[in-house]
Amino acid sequence: MSVVLSCRELRKTFGPNLVLDDLSLDVAEHEVVTLIGASGSGKSTLLRCVNLLEDIDDGSVWLDGEHITGPRVNPDLVRQRIGIVFQSFNLFPHMTVLDNITLAPVRVHRTPAKEAAARALELLARVGLEAKAREYPDRLSGGQQQRVAIVRALVNQPRLLLLDEVTSALDPELVGEVLTMIRDLKGEGMTMVIATHEMGFARQVSDRVCFLHAGRVLESGPPSQVLGEPAEPRTRQFLQRIIEAGRL
Amino acid sequence: MTHTPSKYQLERVAYRRSRAIRSAFVAALSTLVLGTLLVVAITGAPGWQRVKETFFSAAAARSSLPSILDGLLLNLRLLVFCAAGALVLGLLIALLKTLRGALFFPVRMLANAYTYGFRGVPLIILLYVLCFGVPGLRLSGTPSVLVLGGAAIVLTYGAFLAEVFRAGIESVHPSQRAAARSLGLTYWQAMRHVVLPQAVRRVAPPLLNDMVSMQKDVGLVSIGGVIDAVRAAQIEVAQTYNYTPYIVAGVLFVLLAVPVIAITDWVTLRAARRQSAGSTT
Repeated sequence: MSVVLSCRELRKTFGPNLVLDDLSLDVAEHEVVTLIGASGSGKSTLLRCVNLLEDIDDGSVWLDGEHITGPRVNPDLVRQRIGIVFQSFNLFPHMTVLDNITLAPVRVHRTPAKEAAARALELLARVGLEAKAREYPDRLSGGQQQRVAIVRALVNQPRLLLLDEVTSALDPELVGEVLTMIRDLKGEGMTMVIATHEMGFARQVSDRVCFLHAGRVLESGPPSQVLGEPAEPRTRQFLQRIIEAGRL
Repeated sequence: MTHTPSKYQLERVAYRRSRAIRSAFVAALSTLVLGTLLVVAITGAPGWQRVKETFFSAAAARSSLPSILDGLLLNLRLLVFCAAGALVLGLLIALLKTLRGALFFPVRMLANAYTYGFRGVPLIILLYVLCFGVPGLRLSGTPSVLVLGGAAIVLTYGAFLAEVFRAGIESVHPSQRAAARSLGLTYWQAMRHVVLPQAVRRVAPPLLNDMVSMQKDVGLVSIGGVIDAVRAAQIEVAQTYNYTPYIVAGVLFVLLAVPVIAITDWVTLRAARRQSAGSTT
């Protein structure tokens, strides 16, 4: 299986804080990798660096064997091949659901508007939201908005999908609909890197779980191993706290 | 299925209705009292008869109206061109000011110098410089005083509008830009399709404010010798020593502002409603 994403010795600082500390991570095609770890362990920063939304301070990121953090790389072209979904949805409030989804296909990929709309409606129908196509995002529930945001990322047919704590801003009863959608994506073979606090979901959907601590991958392996019999004391500590909070 | 209100609800409804009637009555009464007091105070003043003749003469109003309307037409034409010019210039300067990167340093510096300078210069002084100074150079192809005056207004208002636009652009949350860029949109595409539409909607009320203000200031080009509504009124006053033409011009300006304000309020309201409450289908 070919490697889609390869992060080599990534280093990122925010002022005096070292957020990513020589972090390395490979993701194979069709693989779903889940990043777990406490707040501030670097999960979101890693995803933002991969999508070139943050400049890295050292190391390199490779997409399909191509160095995407080189000095002469056009970030716009790279981002067209990587989808990202944010914790806070970040839909465009002044556009309808349909316009949100077709913006990139029409403006970036020069897809004819009709074709883009047809594809958007098809994707919306698959997640049961075709009736909301003409609504504005603020009229939708959080779960619906997040599913639209995922569709918006998918319509570009990305090689890699990054999900940054996509259920953290949702009411508990709305989390399920978003997780179901991600599970379906895994079934379709989408390569994904998921930062999450939903341990139960991580166990079901991941091929591999990475525990991040202080900007490094401290432990990585199949979910049964990392979540069931963690080797590192820090992983055990983290999971213990999650269990105490009733989230496992 | 019909719902029969309980006696508590009926009691509440009855109470609210009686309060509403009472409020309406009090409002009408207090308005009437204040209005009467004002009328009595003004018409009862010792000089009222004189003021009435010199400021509110129907005959003078009728005779001055045609020339004032001619002047007003000039105001209107000037307003349309100046508003368009100042909006374009303001938006352009605001966009230049948001550019990042070493290459654009001189552009940013010029844009900053412009907004600092032209917000400070009194419009009248700029009008003197452009309307009298530029023709004084005796260059061939010097535009008319009307165009030069219009340019002074565009330059002054462009500086204010640039700051309004910039405030709007900066008020759009960075996550919106990040989301746009993550979809592969370029800087300009993200600006054009995601940031600006939200920014302009947010600053529509202050932009409108400046438009109404400009509507009054375009008349200042009369300094250069062209005849706008206020200058036309002044000419009438100088001939008759009756001040009514000023009142006529003032009322016309107010009437002109009302639709502009109403339309923009409606546009803003509609955009807000579409986004939050209603659907378009």
